[in-house]
Amino acid sequence: MTEEHRAEEKKGSILVVGGGISGLTATLEAAEVGYEVFLVEKNAYLGGRVTQLKHYFPKLCPPTCGLEINFRRIKDNPRISFYTLAEVQKVSGNPGNYDVTVKINPRYVNEKCTCCGECEKVCMTDLPDEFNFDMATTKGAYLPHEMAFPMRYVISPKIIGTDDAKRCVEACKYDAIELDMQPKTINLKVGAIIWATGWKPYDASKIDNLGFEYPNVITNMMMERLAAPNGPTRGNILRPSDSKEISKIAFVQCAGSRDENHLPYCSYICCMASLKQATYVREQYPEAKIYIFYIDIRAPGQRYEKFYRKIKEDENIFLIKGKVAEVQEDAATKDITVVAENAVTGERIHETVNIAVLATGMVPNTAETKLPGDVKYDPDGFVVSDLAKGGIFATGCAVKPLDVVSSNQHATGMALRAIQTLVRR
Amino acid sequence: MEKKIAVYICKGCGIEEALDIERLEKEAVPKKVEIRRDHPILCSPEGIDLIRKDIENEGVNTVIIAGCSRRVHYDVFKFPSVVVERVNLREGVVWSHKPQEQEAPAEGEAQQEASAEGGAAQEAQTEGEGTHVDELIQEMAEDYLRMGIAEAEKIELPEPSKDIIDKKIIVLGGGVTGLSAALDVAKAGYEATVIEKAPQVGGFAAKMRKQTPWSYPYESLQSPVVEQIIKEAEAHPKVTIRTGTEVARIAGAPGMFDITFKAPGTRSAWDIPAPLEAAEGAEAPAQPPGADKATPENPANILAKNPDAERFGAVILATGWKPYEPKKEAEQPKKEGGEEPKEEEPNYEHLGYGKFPDVITNVALEKIAAAGTIVRPSDGKPVSSVAFIQCPGQGSDEDFPYASTVTSMVALKQAKYVREDNPDGMAYIFYQHMRTLGQNEYFYKSAQQDEGIFLTKADIVGVSENGGDTLTVEAKDTLLGENIKVSVDMVVLGTGMVPTTKDDPVLNLAYRQGPGFKDLDLFDGYSDSNFICFPYESRRTGIYPAGCVRRSMSIAECRDDAAGAALKAIQCLESAYQGLAVHPRSGDMSFPDFFFQRCTQCKRCTEECAFGALDDDEKGTPLPNPTRCRRCGICMGACPERIIGFSDYNIDSIGSMVKAIVVPEEEGKPRVLVLACENDAYPALDICGLNRLNYSPFIRVIPVRCLGSVNVVWIKDALSKGIDGALLIGCKYGDDYQCHFIKGSELANIRMEKIGEALLSLALEKERVQQVQIAIDEYDKLPGIISDFMATIEEVGPNPFKGF
Repeated sequence: MTEEHRAEEKKGSILVVGGGISGLTATLEAAEVGYEVFLVEKNAYLGGRVTQLKHYFPKLCPPTCGLEINFRRIKDNPRISFYTLAEVQKVSGNPGNYDVTVKINPRYVNEKCTCCGECEKVCMTDLPDEFNFDMATTKGAYLPHEMAFPMRYVISPKIIGTDDAKRCVEACKYDAIELDMQPKTINLKVGAIIWATGWKPYDASKIDNLGFEYPNVITNMMMERLAAPNGPTRGNILRPSDSKEISKIAFVQCAGSRDENHLPYCSYICCMASLKQATYVREQYPEAKIYIFYIDIRAPGQRYEKFYRKIKEDENIFLIKGKVAEVQEDAATKDITVVAENAVTGERIHETVNIAVLATGMVPNTAETKLPGDVKYDPDGFVVSDLAKGGIFATGCAVKPLDVVSSNQHATGMALRAIQTLVRR
Repeated sequence: MEKKIAVYICKGCGIEEALDIERLEKEAVPKKVEIRRDHPILCSPEGIDLIRKDIENEGVNTVIIAGCSRRVHYDVFKFPSVVVERVNLREGVVWSHKPQEQEAPAEGEAQQEASAEGGAAQEAQTEGEGTHVDELIQEMAEDYLRMGIAEAEKIELPEPSKDIIDKKIIVLGGGVTGLSAALDVAKAGYEATVIEKAPQVGGFAAKMRKQTPWSYPYESLQSPVVEQIIKEAEAHPKVTIRTGTEVARIAGAPGMFDITFKAPGTRSAWDIPAPLEAAEGAEAPAQPPGADKATPENPANILAKNPDAERFGAVILATGWKPYEPKKEAEQPKKEGGEEPKEEEPNYEHLGYGKFPDVITNVALEKIAAAGTIVRPSDGKPVSSVAFIQCPGQGSDEDFPYASTVTSMVALKQAKYVREDNPDGMAYIFYQHMRTLGQNEYFYKSAQQDEGIFLTKADIVGVSENGGDTLTVEAKDTLLGENIKVSVDMVVLGTGMVPTTKDDPVLNLAYRQGPGFKDLDLFDGYSDSNFICFPYESRRTGIYPAGCVRRSMSIAECRDDAAGAALKAIQCLESAYQGLAVHPRSGDMSFPDFFFQRCTQCKRCTEECAFGALDDDEKGTPLPNPTRCRRCGICMGACPERIIGFSDYNIDSIGSMVKAIVVPEEEGKPRVLVLACENDAYPALDICGLNRLNYSPFIRVIPVRCLGSVNVVWIKDALSKGIDGALLIGCKYGDDYQCHFIKGSELANIRMEKIGEALLSLALEKERVQQVQIAIDEYDKLPGIISDFMATIEEVGPNPFKGF
């Protein structure tokens, strides 16, 4: 090898499934060592769950900042191929040698899309906006969100075959819309697979006593969208029932988590998330009273502890040790009353607030949808990697409830373990 | 290489509708540029083909694409060995500037607000005729195209630096993290050497009785894995273990670290930091040949090379933790007279530590438990009841310093020891918050189900002697609703894990900026990263912390972290080998070039580099270390002589863009230079365009690698040619800095404060130069920020240098 040609091609390739923060990290870290990586993402965009967050704790910085760097790393790296709207259908083979079938669902928009937005303007169908937890609507032709990567529109399958779809085609000056686009199947040969399939929020409607049926009871993920500048209220935290400003808000911790009837484990992030969301409220409402009902405040580690300490200094944030027993709605005012017992004083508390935020936990996506190939799970549905065997790994919240920092640490390590499988061949 | 420039203007996405393309080409493209084309959709296959043909047939080697932002269609406008310059007409001009005669659609409040805040721009527009606004937009586009061509003329494709790279990895610390990291390195095909101070490897993990569970059902204690790891590491042909060894000095740079080892506790002539004076009764160590004598004024020469040093490519720092030792009662500072203690050490007098021999730390208990049945230090008798105090109490719900989730898990583990040793034994755990995160909750639950383990939230009042041979723990605010007193044989304090880097640089780097990681006080001494997204980003390239030196972790977490650090070490070597930058400009081949003849040895570059990439010789001339460099350009921004630059990003390239801006003399057409961080502020401006948020058409934006790379000469040039003001938009700084290059935006701010003084001497108002901090998601604030600045400029009036 001459000095001029130092770019050694590393042998073998890796498949990463899931383009959230863990999957992105695993992809980039392995590719920047020199390996070929295929990234498969089921959504129309990369970034996953964190794209819905306003800020990360404890720095209160926007996730899009790190995503922008990560997307730039993808753009600059010829060894990465990524597929959106794609899912793995079949995996066969052994460590070092897997055959993978990937189905790519039609976006109905090709790479000619310039994001000019003309299709959205003429589209008349309103659809529930899943990105914003149905607190807004999108058009049948839409950009998933404004920092979406790849920056390309999507036509919802729901308008295919309608006049609306035709209108979109007519509005597009760039021949970017193909209504007859069909699902495609591709076959990949890879040496190792990393499942980074992530999590979803626990379904709050399953928790009978916490009143999720009331409009002013929302989940912590909905709160992220309400507070985000690109959210349904342009970042204004307003009462969902009447879009009024708020003066009192309650956070209900362990909404589902640490509960045998729902999620027996602790979901790791919800305490920090609520403390963080208290800062969102405080920024907009300097006088608002904020009540946090908890079992334990789980601020793991010195850095989070420091953040918790800062929150405690706020005289209008009330931290109450006590599990919430009941959530009621006042039919006239639509205010919410949170009922709990203070675990220390034994006092019964009825706190009436404008919004109650349920700190719902994490459910691995693999709890319901099992993965193709040889994958083992624990009874909660988290993936258990066989490190001794190698070949197939899982990372991030597919493995256990984690915060972003730990997910990234884990994903970086799993990228190496995947590489080890390739080297061992 | 002689440049053959071609200009391509895209007419799609509303560009054609908003601009006079013919005039744009005529006004902005110099005559010498022969190839100039426009295309209805340049990113289409036909458009790309047009460019490709010119490259092949006409020898075009520099391509100017005037169309969308460089953040999009990055993949289609990529041509090997060709300089590609993107001129942002779409997001930066036509999408963010609406001609006045069209009514703004009401699409949400932010947009309306933004339009209403159009400020100076809007006011100027209303004064003119209907086509006036188009004129402003046209001028903007013309300037951007001129600027793009000017820049392209001054940049070359970078060539990678080719250093001789050693791919061996050194792991500092032979605990469970270090050994795991070494094994992970070895299993990926690289050689690893572990050095350990102690006579044997294994660290604290080898001194434990059992481990907390790391796999389902997460209920029972598991046998320690460390022995197996030690065996595996010792047997692996690519792992070398050296015990009884520590680092005297790490010199060099990634791919070429020259490391001097020594026996622990001894002095070496190569010690970094150099011993400033001889220890009592010992002779001052001899200095290495060529080294200056170490004195407080003149520390030993960091540049001296030890011919016997060993070469490694990257470093994994896994030196772990030390037990937090609470102040013993006897050591409590006397209040009357005497000196006040320097640091405020927490006072745990009420817990009787140091006073009662049977009040011990969790670390002490682990050692006792590992040796056999748990016995009391005072009389060697087995215990039947133990109280675990997690939080010192006294009205605070804070655990002991450096406690974390680990101390909660350890208390549960040790409570189980008590039960293992004595079926009738009782363990009491007093806590404020049980921190059993994730599936560790199952472990907590298993302890709750054990009737011999009593758990309660409690505020500890104190520990006292019981008259007999037991201790009494008194607690209030418990879950029982009453104050309680329990009588126990032993009290265990849930003390924390202090990172080894808290008071010791450990790395002993022969770097001009000092021997350890910088600014660890941000993390209380932990060698952590400030980046949520990038947990392995250390401020010393090629050196990656793992395990408890970064954060308190369980053994399972340490092993995962070790694998991550191993990957980063390998990645750094492979990148250095190819002459590529590591994160965040991964893959960048450029590195700064110095024109030393004009260096005045002011040392600013050496001092301001956030990564310590530069050393300097005895005269103060900087000595670059390309493999340490992250290519941010902070050194370029710092240099008053303007002798630092990259082949594709330099004083002249940006300076030429500034010079290319046409400054009209007529009133009502101010000009403002905006220097925007390309990582956050520039994308935010793009998103303004995407959302059709309008901002002043009088600004001219230049993206920069980091605000820290902004050299004040660009601003001086701008002002001296009549540009009315300069606005720097960059990342937030302070303890929670968001700058990807750590200090860039903060340094820029310091420089801008200084430029204010220079402006006053030119009789220009200080207000003409401002810096604002913005996060990438705060794009909606940008139109307001820009119009506020335009209002300020309007207030101070036109730049008197206009027309000179």
